[in-house]
Parts: sequence; C-alpha cells; structure tokens
Amino acid sequence: MEIALCNINKNFGAFRALNEVDLKIDSGELIALLGPSGSGKTTLLRIIAGLEYADTGTVAFGGTDMSRTPLRERQIGFVFQHYALFKHMTVRANVGFGLSVKPRGKRPLKSAIRDCADELLELVQLGGLGDRYPHQLSGGQRQRVALARALAIEPRVLLLDEPFGALDAKVRKELRQWLRELHQKTGVTTIFVTHDQEEALELADRIVIMNEGGIAQIGTVDQVYERPASPFVFDFLGSTNIIPARVEGAAVTVGDEVIAKEKEPRQISGPADVYVRPGDLRITGESEPGISVVVTQVQRTGPIVRASLRAANVDLRLTAELPHLHHDVPHFRVGASLKLRLALFSLFPSSQQSDNEGVLSESFLIGRERARAR
Amino acid sequence: MRWLLISLALTFLGGFLLLPLVSVFVEAFRNGWETYVIALQDPDAQAAVRLTFLAAGIAVPLNLVFGVAAAWAIAKFEFRGKSILVTLIDLPFSVSPVVAGLVYVLMFGASGWATPLLAGTDIQIIFALPGIVLATIFVTFPFVARELIPLMQEQGTDDEQAALSLGASGWQTFWHVTLPNVRWGLLYGVLLCNARAMGEFGAVSVVSGHIRGHTNTMPLHVEILYNEYNFAAAFAIASLLATLALLTLGLKSLLEARHGSELARSQKH
Repeated sequence: MEIALCNINKNFGAFRALNEVDLKIDSGELIALLGPSGSGKTTLLRIIAGLEYADTGTVAFGGTDMSRTPLRERQIGFVFQHYALFKHMTVRANVGFGLSVKPRGKRPLKSAIRDCADELLELVQLGGLGDRYPHQLSGGQRQRVALARALAIEPRVLLLDEPFGALDAKVRKELRQWLRELHQKTGVTTIFVTHDQEEALELADRIVIMNEGGIAQIGTVDQVYERPASPFVFDFLGSTNIIPARVEGAAVTVGDEVIAKEKEPRQISGPADVYVRPGDLRITGESEPGISVVVTQVQRTGPIVRASLRAANVDLRLTAELPHLHHDVPHFRVGASLKLRLALFSLFPSSQQSDNEGVLSESFLIGRERARAR
Repeated sequence: MRWLLISLALTFLGGFLLLPLVSVFVEAFRNGWETYVIALQDPDAQAAVRLTFLAAGIAVPLNLVFGVAAAWAIAKFEFRGKSILVTLIDLPFSVSPVVAGLVYVLMFGASGWATPLLAGTDIQIIFALPGIVLATIFVTFPFVARELIPLMQEQGTDDEQAALSLGASGWQTFWHVTLPNVRWGLLYGVLLCNARAMGEFGAVSVVSGHIRGHTNTMPLHVEILYNEYNFAAAFAIASLLATLALLTLGLKSLLEARHGSELARSQKH
C-alpha cells in the first residue's frame, strides 16, 4: 500500500516536532526514518500509525485520506521498541490477539486463529514455542513474536519503532538480516525508525534522514552516502574529517597545498569546507594533489586500523581508517610523513562566516564532486 | 551490633504487637471454650458480624470500581485537574475518620442540608446501613486507587496501544490487557481495602448510632461489650476480628511472595 504524507505539522506546546513534512512511499518499500533524538522521526511514525494526530496536513494510504481515522481502524502493524507483548498470554495467544478481538461476524474460528498463529510463528522461525509465555523468551525472540502479532492482522503497512534498540549488538545484526528476508517474503510496505545509521544503510531500500522536525534528505543508500545533501547528512552517516579550505577554479587548497582537483572547474573562488570520511583517505605520490600529514598515533580496532594524523602545513587534526590488510597499512607508522589523497569528498559552504567572500558563503551547497569515480 | 539491632527490633515487635494479639486470644478463651461459643452465638453479636460483612461487601466492590476507574484515568490519560484528583484520592488518609463520619451526620442528620432531599422517601442514611456504608467507602477509598496508580503509570501505555493497533476496542483492551496487567496489584489493594473496611471504628461509630442488633458493626460491638464489663464476650468478638486480620496478613504475604516483583513498585504506604 503506498503512503503519502502531505504538509505534516506537529507541535508539542512550544516545541516544533514536525515542520511541513512531505513524504511519498511506494507500495512494498522498506523505508528507514533516520535521525538523531528529537529530530521528529518517531513522531512521524506515530502520526502514520494514528498514535498521534498531526496539527495540519494529511496522511493517505493508497490514495484514501486516513488523517482522522483512529488507530484501531487503520489496520497497521505497529512494533514497539520494548515489544509490548501481553505478559499474561501465551505466545500463540499474543499472535492470535488481533484475530480474536474481531467483531463476532468476522472472527475466525478458534481453531483457525490457532492455525494462523502457528503459521506465523513458523514464518518468524519460532515454530513450537507457541505455548511459552513472553518472559520465557529472549529479547530477539520476543521482538519476532511482536512482529508475528503485527502481521496477523494482514496490515496495510508495518511500522517499527526502533525495533532492535533494546537488543545487544550481535542479536541486532542477525535480526536485521532476518527482517530484510521477511520483508522480501511478505512484501508488506515497511517503515522503521532508527538512530543507528548502520542499521538504516544495511536494511532500507530508501532512507529518510530527519533533522529538527524536517527531512534533510531522502534517497537510496548510494544517494545519501555518496551525494549527501548537507553537512548534517554527511556528518550523521558516519565519522567525518572537516578541512577548512579554499576553492580556486578546479583546485581545492589548504594553505599553499592543492589537496584535491575537481573534474570540472568552477567560475567561483572562496572559502569552503571539505568533508571527507576517514576511510576515504589513501596514500598518494608527492606530485599528486593531496594533504601532507604526520602520523601521531596508530591503533588497531578489530579489522580496522585507525591512524590519528596532524596536517603538516596547517593546524588541523585528522583521522584515517584502513582495512587491516590494506597495502597502505605498513606506511602508517608513528612519526611518518605521508601525503594522502581524498578519494571521495564533499564540498560545503564554509561554516566560518568571518571572511565573507562572494557566493561561497551562501548557505546552499556548492559542490560535492568526486575526485575519482568509484 | 547486628544482633543488638535485631533483638531490639524483635523485643519491640513482641512487646507492642505480638503480645497484645496473643492476649486477645488468651482473654477470649479465659473462661473456656463454651463461654466463647455462647458469646459468638449471641444474636446481637451475630447481627454485628452480619452487618460488618454486609457493609464491607458493599463498600469494597464499589471502591474496586471507583479505584480502577480513577487509577485508569490518572495513569493512562492527560486531562485538566488531574493533580487535584490525585490529591482528593489521598484525602481520606489525611482526614481523621471521626471527621469523615461527622461530615455525613452534618449532611444527612436531623438538621443536615441534604436531609430535605430525602424527606419524601423512606430512606434513612444516618443511624442505618447506608450511613455505615458511606463512611466505610470514604475511609477505604484510597486503597485500591493508590495501589494501582503507580503500577499502571510504570507499565505505560504501549500494551494498550498495541492492542488498539491490532483492532481491539476500548473495552476489549481494558478486559484483555489493562486489567490482567494489574490483577495482582488489584487483589492486593482489595485485600487492604477489605481489612480496613471490616476494622473501621471511628467514622462508623459517628454515623451508626450504636443500635444493638441493628447498626452495630463488630468493632462497635466490642466496645459496647467491653464498656459493660463483659470482657469474655468482648474479647471473643475481638478475636474474630483479629483472625480476619491474620487471614488478610497471610494472604498479603502469599501475594508478595508470589508476585513481589509486580507489586514492589507500588509500595508507597
């Protein structure tokens, strides 16, 4: 079922939770609402569900306006962070609850409800656990029961509020994979809220990145990761090196050093911020564009080698990350002088407004060219 | 030091709580089993027992309904005047029971302002069962609500919202989700409420009028017998009350042992 949100506004007292949000979701999509706490992502999910009502704007399911339809008539599956399983009911009764509370005329027979619940438990790989009580299950199992319960009413859309937030890292990874497969099997339009960018990137078809009550960017994983629309998006999707620099035509310079060259020269010059991820810094030749650094510390964290760096010509600290088997790794020794190229970076208007020089200090994005095609 | 504290606590408990309790039973059986049975078979005594059970039997279910409704409203909804309601629920704890009784006398007594409302009917409030029930309800009102409010607040509204999202109606949600979630806390509250309802003296004493065999509850009957120097009978009835108290205590401990974790959060009094 496709979902259309139009011009959603929501205030909690003086706090503006959502500010003119528009969002269209296609049938069968798996969407992540990603953002820091207080960005409005959970409020948006609750408005889609009918747990909250928007102050203005419309929520439509499949072209039908549902804005004033109460929660119980929206036929949505909602999965809570803390599962919200009914403690006093068996797992099977939990899963069958949605069917057993249907009005008498529409209610399936007890045996049919039972069969349906068992079938769903099989689907979430909990077959045979129907007679247990929620407290006898692990966290991951409980969340799968909650999902099966939500699926029992054949929801038009499945909504998950930080579904893996209360689970430990390993279980979370397994469940992600599993949810992805489940979505492929059922094809139910699914929206989940998360503050974990890794979870969003790994799971979703498209990611809606939210900030301060608005949508910062919507796109596929490739789009948001490689063409971030703003410094916020870039920063939120992973760790970041920010290098204050100048743009002169095609060249990006720090001090006297050309650290990168864009493919297409611009007719502008002025200050800009270069955003580059630690994993996108690689050793390059002396004559190539790049930034000269001195290694101050090297630390291995599992499969990643992380190096702390100091820029040779300006006062700036950077971090580089490499896979531990990468051929650059032996060169990263404490005290070594290296020249690093920026394999992938984004240019944003300078955040230092003091030297106001022409178009570059305007608040829109000026460039996000790639030094090299991937 | 530890042993000193323990023995001090035990001595205190023994001297002030256990000894009086034991002496009630000792006094009750002082003149032998037969006197005890005769005292209990006295029609006035039996009427007092019946009246106590009747009053508690009316007051406790009503407070059960009021308490659940109030707790539900307070814990699950936001509305204006909520804090006033919370304060009002605690009123019976802070007001002397005698004052509580007096309020009803002033309302429904011979010159009470509410008496004309009932002028045309046969209904008598003061010095009759309705007055006793009213006073009992007033005094025992907080027990159920006070027990449930923290429990319900702590449980939040996720379960209810989950039930609604699955298509359950408000009533279905209440019966299948909210009520089962608080059942042990509710039972505990009812138990405490019942214990207080049966043992209430002050408020009931003011409204009852002490008419033997008609408006005397067990605690009032004990007082009358005692004032008549009929010690054996007084202690016999008192021992009945004490037995009820012990029974309540036993049930309460059983509940705590079995469902302690669910009750722990609501222990505020």
